Amino acid sequence: MPLSHYLILSAILFAIGVAGVLLRRNAIVIFMSIELMLNAVNLTFVAFAAQLQNLEGQIFVFFVMVVAAAEVAIGLALIVAIFRVRETVFVDELNLMKW
Amino acid sequence: MSAYLWVIPFFPLLGFAINGLRGNRWSEKTVGVIGAGAVFASFAAACFVFFDLIALAPESRVLVQTLYRWMAAGDFSIDISFRLDALSMLMVLVVTGVGFLIHVYSIGYMHGERGFFRYFSFLNLFTFAMLLLVMGNNFLIMFVGWEGVGLCSYLLIGFYYDRRFDETTGMSCAQAGSKAFIVNRIGDFGFLLGIFFIFANFTSLDFDTVFAGAAAGLNPATATAICLLLFVGATGKSAQIPLYVWLPDAMAGPTPVSALIHAATMVTAGVYMVARCSVFFLQAPLALAVVATIGVLTAIFAGTMALTATDIKKVLAYSTVSQLGYMFLACGVGAFAAGIFHLMTHAFFKALLFLGAGSVMHALSGETNIMKMGDLKKHLPVTHATMLIASLAIAGVPLLSGFFSKDEILLQAYASPHGSLAFYVIALLTAGMTAFYMFRMIYLTFYGTSRVAPEAMNHVHESPKIMTVPLIVLAVLSVIGGYVGVPHVFNKIGKFLDPVFTRYTPPGGHEEAHAGLGLEFGLMALSVLVAVAGILLARSIYLKHPGKADELMQRFRGFYKLLSAKYYVDEIYNALFVRPIHRLSESFLWKVFDVKIIDGLVNGLPQTFLAAANILRRWQTGVVQNYAVSLLIGAIVVLGYLLMR
Repeated sequence: MPLSHYLILSAILFAIGVAGVLLRRNAIVIFMSIELMLNAVNLTFVAFAAQLQNLEGQIFVFFVMVVAAAEVAIGLALIVAIFRVRETVFVDELNLMKW
Repeated sequence: MSAYLWVIPFFPLLGFAINGLRGNRWSEKTVGVIGAGAVFASFAAACFVFFDLIALAPESRVLVQTLYRWMAAGDFSIDISFRLDALSMLMVLVVTGVGFLIHVYSIGYMHGERGFFRYFSFLNLFTFAMLLLVMGNNFLIMFVGWEGVGLCSYLLIGFYYDRRFDETTGMSCAQAGSKAFIVNRIGDFGFLLGIFFIFANFTSLDFDTVFAGAAAGLNPATATAICLLLFVGATGKSAQIPLYVWLPDAMAGPTPVSALIHAATMVTAGVYMVARCSVFFLQAPLALAVVATIGVLTAIFAGTMALTATDIKKVLAYSTVSQLGYMFLACGVGAFAAGIFHLMTHAFFKALLFLGAGSVMHALSGETNIMKMGDLKKHLPVTHATMLIASLAIAGVPLLSGFFSKDEILLQAYASPHGSLAFYVIALLTAGMTAFYMFRMIYLTFYGTSRVAPEAMNHVHESPKIMTVPLIVLAVLSVIGGYVGVPHVFNKIGKFLDPVFTRYTPPGGHEEAHAGLGLEFGLMALSVLVAVAGILLARSIYLKHPGKADELMQRFRGFYKLLSAKYYVDEIYNALFVRPIHRLSESFLWKVFDVKIIDGLVNGLPQTFLAAANILRRWQTGVVQNYAVSLLIGAIVVLGYLLMR
């Protein structure tokens, strides 16, 4: 499999993630889209690491996974907390900061 | 001794500070003693300096003291520097000497007035400014003094700021002060331009540098421009056509102020300035001719207005304008020493006349209308005697001071290389009028039948000693003041002043008339004749045939009306300048420029921001996803740019 296939798949996943963040209203879906983008990047890292025979890319992936795990923990906690107060997780209804 | 020049102006400044800051807590006596004492101290200092000065050889009689450098910028530098030569010495002596007498007189005259301390501190400040003016060693110090006296004049004219001055026009004293100030501003503008011109030509304002440069030769056009601009300043300060209109209204101030500022000292500043700059004027024949013409025209013009004035102070005010015209006539024919001589004698007798008028007003509870006086001779013997002497002096009766100085001017007007027969004839006519209106005033005030209001008659009284003693001293000076300048016998003043005018001699030189004895005596006899004729005419009209005045008034009704309306000059100026400026100010400067443009800018700027903000705020949706979109677009643009280039 040539490198370009991995990169194209990664780009498609990333674009899906971006579209999800921008277009969806449900905070959990947005959250999942962010994860999708992170993992698209992970895929790129791994693909390059394999191609270049270099371990540094794989090490970075672990870092990204750790960060993503922490993010999930805090992010989900926040969403639960918001749901308890506002009884919604739709971001267009969370407009207290808006003028 | 030149190290002590600064004390002369310092004393009045000190007096101003002390009285101005603390005077309101002290008694009139303390304030008066401080005020008069300060001026006396500087008079005494001036006398010491005077004796030092005359001990020097005539050509080296210049004392200069430089205190410190005031400012320096590039090749421009100004020192705080005083200069005493014969010319400024004479002015200093007149200012402090006559000033001291007037201060003393004021203690009596201003007794019981509200703002007594204010009056004395202003008077001291005036003396200080006037001394700066005459003692400054460069044009800038002179200008500071020039503005200073203008300020004090404004403050003192408006001293009774809450009173009405002129019932017919409804002008208040404060407005009279403003009028003087504004009219003077016009003159000062010319003076300032003249100073700029001088600096542009000599890159210095120091008298010695400038005059030495000018004496070395000057482009005639430049000399004429400088002289004319300086003379504009002089017409403002010294009340000449066309800027004389403020002086009659300056009579709104207390009478001793009129005596000091508007007769003896400040109004002569223009004459002093022209004499000081003689080296310029002698190189500009056109400017000299303008000065002489304006002078002689002012003399006769103001003289005619004095003929019908009924306010005792206004008679004197017009007479002052007229006499100042004489001084400019003298300067304009190149006889600067004669002008300064007349300045000195005029300071004596005109100050005396004003103080005498003040004494009359004091006796009659403030009445100024000479039609409501008469037969006051027996009630006010000292005032009468001293005013009579002053009137004789100003009329040019032989052996009194005015006779010598006025004759010198008349002679120069005729015989000087810059003079002419026309100048002489007009000046002689004015001399006759002077004699007439002065004695009209004397006869209406002190002789004939009493027309005093009965309630004023009840407490008519001679003024206290503190007022009459200065009158007597000034009367003595009015008699003997002329003897320093008797032609041929001992022309002390001419010899004293000459080094000042010959120190810097322009190419072409300094020339004065050297008329034959016969001509001189002939002219003298003629002017005596004219003066006596004027006096006798006044006597026959106002004393012998009391109805005659009304009869004449009926016959020359139109002319009389023209004169008593002051040739409608105020009305003409109002129509030509004041009202158009008013209208322009209101309809354009205020309602268009100020409201629309200035306020429009000030208010428009925030409104623009507000409108812009109203558009921009739409970007701030508060929806995070919108922000993310712009983030994405930005990233794509940057990436696209990096990829495409």
